[in-house]
Amino acid sequence: MAATKEAAVPKKNKFSLQLDLSKFQKASDEEKKQADVMSESTTFFRDGMRKLMKNPLAVGSIVVLALLLIMMIVVPMIVPYTYSGMIKVNGVRDPGAKNLQPFEYSQMEQQYIDEGGKVFPHIMGTDELSRDYFIRVVYGTRVSFAVGILASLLVLLIGVIYGSIAGYFGGKVDMIMMRIVDIIYSLPDLLIIILLAVVFKETLDFSAYPLLQKLGANMISMFLVFGLLYWVGMARLVRGQILTIKQNEYVLAARATGAKSGRIIRKHILPNCISVIIIATAMQIPSAIFTESYLSFIGLGVALPMPSLGSLASAARSGMQSYPLKLVFPAVIIVLIVLAFNLLGDGLRDAFDPKLRK
Amino acid sequence: MAEEKYLVEVKDLKQYFPIKTGFFRTTPLKAVDGVSFNIKPGETLGLVGESGCGKTTVGRTLLRLYKPTAGEFYFDGQLVDDNNITALRKEMQMVFQDPYSSLDPRMTVEDIIGEPLDVHKLYENKAERREKILSLMELVGLNAEHATRYAHEFSGGQRQRIGIARALAVNPSFIVCDEPVSALDVSIQAQVINMFEELQDKLGVAYLFIAHDLLVVQHISHRIAVMYLGHIVEIADADELMSNPIHPYTESLLSAVPIPDPVRARESQRIVLEGDVPSPLNMPSGCPFRTRCRYATERCASENPVLTDRGDGHEVACFEK
Repeated sequence: MAATKEAAVPKKNKFSLQLDLSKFQKASDEEKKQADVMSESTTFFRDGMRKLMKNPLAVGSIVVLALLLIMMIVVPMIVPYTYSGMIKVNGVRDPGAKNLQPFEYSQMEQQYIDEGGKVFPHIMGTDELSRDYFIRVVYGTRVSFAVGILASLLVLLIGVIYGSIAGYFGGKVDMIMMRIVDIIYSLPDLLIIILLAVVFKETLDFSAYPLLQKLGANMISMFLVFGLLYWVGMARLVRGQILTIKQNEYVLAARATGAKSGRIIRKHILPNCISVIIIATAMQIPSAIFTESYLSFIGLGVALPMPSLGSLASAARSGMQSYPLKLVFPAVIIVLIVLAFNLLGDGLRDAFDPKLRK
Repeated sequence: MAEEKYLVEVKDLKQYFPIKTGFFRTTPLKAVDGVSFNIKPGETLGLVGESGCGKTTVGRTLLRLYKPTAGEFYFDGQLVDDNNITALRKEMQMVFQDPYSSLDPRMTVEDIIGEPLDVHKLYENKAERREKILSLMELVGLNAEHATRYAHEFSGGQRQRIGIARALAVNPSFIVCDEPVSALDVSIQAQVINMFEELQDKLGVAYLFIAHDLLVVQHISHRIAVMYLGHIVEIADADELMSNPIHPYTESLLSAVPIPDPVRARESQRIVLEGDVPSPLNMPSGCPFRTRCRYATERCASENPVLTDRGDGHEVACFEK
């Protein structure tokens, strides 16, 4: 075929770059139409989610977090023990059921089983006050999760509002607001956390608010401490983002149409840095959980008998030689939570941060 | 002709930007230094000049994206200031240079075009909003099915059409076009420019058409103003300016326009200017162009020439020509 074509065009130099038009064909209307069809419309969010779902570590983290969440909700409904009360066998307190190994039964329980009664197994054993350890760990996870997520939301709220005002208005406003941030930043974290935690513990009075009271003064003070201290990092991040986004012509275009500052921040600037904010929040959660754990560990965390993973680990420390598992369980859960949130944060950044794309 | 009403009247507009030149010292950067011009309804004024001569600043200052340092701007006989600018933004709009950064990547085409409608609350209900947006899209030659797409899914020319539709949404009588075609390739430029002309015929809008491509400006403009270092040095009807440039800067600018015919191009003489544009931080005394002008004299160094009419509305700011 090719040979005949070449024969039809006789004196053509072999090295000529001239195109042989006879080898080309006009596109039919149908083909033209096909070339016109644009690629499938995807939103930024859908595109990011697709990328996230391709990342095995991120998907693994989501699964782990989902399992922990289900555990926190379902387990207290199934397991018949409470986190604060002694184990009761057939309605009678069982002082012998202390420091049991996993799936071990006390004498009273064994007796009851032999008589034909049913006893729910102690999946993680019991502690030195005859309380089921599994339910305590689950409640501890609840506390840690709640602290992590609520504290991060508080940080998010304060940080985003503060940072976007400083970044958007710039100039003197920015200068003064960021110097305040610098001052807060330069204070030693741990010292302030401990001081604030002690002060709040003494001064906060929630007796008028039953819901808050139920949560406990310590939990509230913990949120406040996180909120008051850790928003500075978020504020700096948001400010930096806004300073760059502000330069884009679409912000100028919005101003030219007559849009007010509030609308520009809400409709143009925040949606364009939302991915960075989400990622930073996801990264903030493990750090809040971690701080809560060590505050509980040094005895400034949640009030007894409410357990948290940190206080459980702290309590287990004294009997580490004889009952190492009691330290292992809460520690493993902390590691799982922190690792999962960190990996999820990494995955989110890879999927949503436009600077890392391509 | 003197009785004719102008839509846009700019008188001695000045825009200085403070630049930090030391710890406590700031020097004004004179981006625009005393510019005056008028535009009639439905007319196009082309504004040309090299990079950094203040063309864009003029456009943005008119829309009060910058607060002018001095000077007055009358729109339809009304002095524009901070109080009435929000209302006047329904009458004045802007098309931006870069169709890639002037559209928000997180918004659909529908929302981008609908934004001015939202801001000025120009619709009663969702259906009316959508209807208006679709008719705007049709006006600029976009398919209705593109309404739910994002800006990044379009080519440069299509994006510029979106930007134009956005500017047209409030039905303005004056649009500042800030180099709307310089980011597009030549074939698309032609389409977009023809569209600007069609829209002018259809809607009767006036344009301030900023560009650095003289041929493009000649094609679309009724009159052309030439800027150099924040000053307008010559202003005339488009054809008059192209055929009979008077100011030495305009002369050299025109000599640099590429001529598509190689034979004629060989015959033409290029006037090459010597030296660089002086820094707007440190302007030469007198005429801003004198440092590079072939005809410069003593007088040019001491006095700044003002625009004087050389007949038929051809105004030039030069002593020697």
